[in-house]
Amino acid sequence: MRKRSKLIFTLIVALVICGVAVSGRTPGTNPNEVVIANFSFEPATLTVKAGTKVTWVNRDDEPHTATATDKRFNSKTLDTGDRFSQQFDAPGVYNYYCALHPHMTGKIIVK
Amino acid sequence: MSDKLERRSFLKCMAWAGTGVVWAMNGGVLGSSELVLGAKRKSRFSFVQISDSHIGFNKDPNHDVTKTFQEAVDKINALDDEPAFVIHTGDITHLSRAEEFDTAAQVLKGLKTSKVFYVPGEHDVFNDEGQLYRERFARGTQGQGWQSFDYEGVHFVGLVNVLNLKQGSGTGLGGNGFGQLGQDQLAWLKNDVKGLSSSTPVVVFAHIPLWTIYPEWGWGTEESEQALSYLKRFGSVTVLNGHVHQILQKVEGSVTFHTARSTAYPQPAPGTAPAPGPIKDVPADKLRSMLGLTDVSSVSHGDRLAVVDSTLV
Repeated sequence: MRKRSKLIFTLIVALVICGVAVSGRTPGTNPNEVVIANFSFEPATLTVKAGTKVTWVNRDDEPHTATATDKRFNSKTLDTGDRFSQQFDAPGVYNYYCALHPHMTGKIIVK
Repeated sequence: MSDKLERRSFLKCMAWAGTGVVWAMNGGVLGSSELVLGAKRKSRFSFVQISDSHIGFNKDPNHDVTKTFQEAVDKINALDDEPAFVIHTGDITHLSRAEEFDTAAQVLKGLKTSKVFYVPGEHDVFNDEGQLYRERFARGTQGQGWQSFDYEGVHFVGLVNVLNLKQGSGTGLGGNGFGQLGQDQLAWLKNDVKGLSSSTPVVVFAHIPLWTIYPEWGWGTEESEQALSYLKRFGSVTVLNGHVHQILQKVEGSVTFHTARSTAYPQPAPGTAPAPGPIKDVPADKLRSMLGLTDVSSVSHGDRLAVVDSTLV
């Protein structure tokens, strides 16, 4: 009984540490979020399951967009702090860029 | 010999600092002289270039870009030689919002000269392919907003190179994302200058530089060489651009390239920061020395134009 509660305690501690470690990697973000900072998309390539909603958030002082190369989606202006979400139902590779700074590119891979 | 070298590096330094220096070309020799207040150069006419007012921007280092834009207008109105007209080389607004265009138009109404010519920046067109911009600022232009006109024997061409920007080839800061002119506009340009005598001075203005300054940041225009090939035969070509928020210049044959300061915020020199964008840590009392306008005058017929930059303070 004591052994078991010790194990549970250890597990909880491990989970908490894990949780802190995960959220510490990218503070305030979820795995389906793309952060725009320093004129780049982070991560530049994001792999998600079909049916996932991906959210972009602009953490730069400059406005940006997330615009699909084939124009299938377009966030339009994302000022500092603005968010944009897009659901990806069909598997495939979705290339996108910033319409304002086209050297910024990213990719969503839907499996 | 060493004196010469020192002088040359001094001039180069002055060009980068860009405070009140006159650049003028005569007989293929680049010369400069410091601007002395009250010393009048007799010019046939002059015009002023302003750029990158970014109305709507409200972050460091400038939380009131409408005020600094107004100060630029006041400075133009106070010039001894009243300019014949003003050219705005784009990024009028920060987010191409209707109210930002309205504010810009309101400030520009305060200009003594009623004639203002515009070309758009990418910040003016990126949400609607330039529809709102063209409704308000492109009256009398052709195609997607390009134009030409003649004034006192000088031929002026305004080009649009911020539409249909192509995705860069790399990730992050790789790739190009250069300015684009498009074949329709290039065909129009070729035809527009066809009938002109080679001795006609030509002024070309566009937002993104028509020379490759820094490909990593997309500071260049994809078909600029093709555009400039139509202008090669002219004895005097002055290319005026914005976009980079700092003074950079280059002389190539008979072509003088020049970029203007912004009236809103400075940007880093090419490659000196991880990314382009506002230099945020500018002390409040230094900001106005990094913003400004460009005064261009035609001294005598057929000569190169004299390009004079001045800051807001």
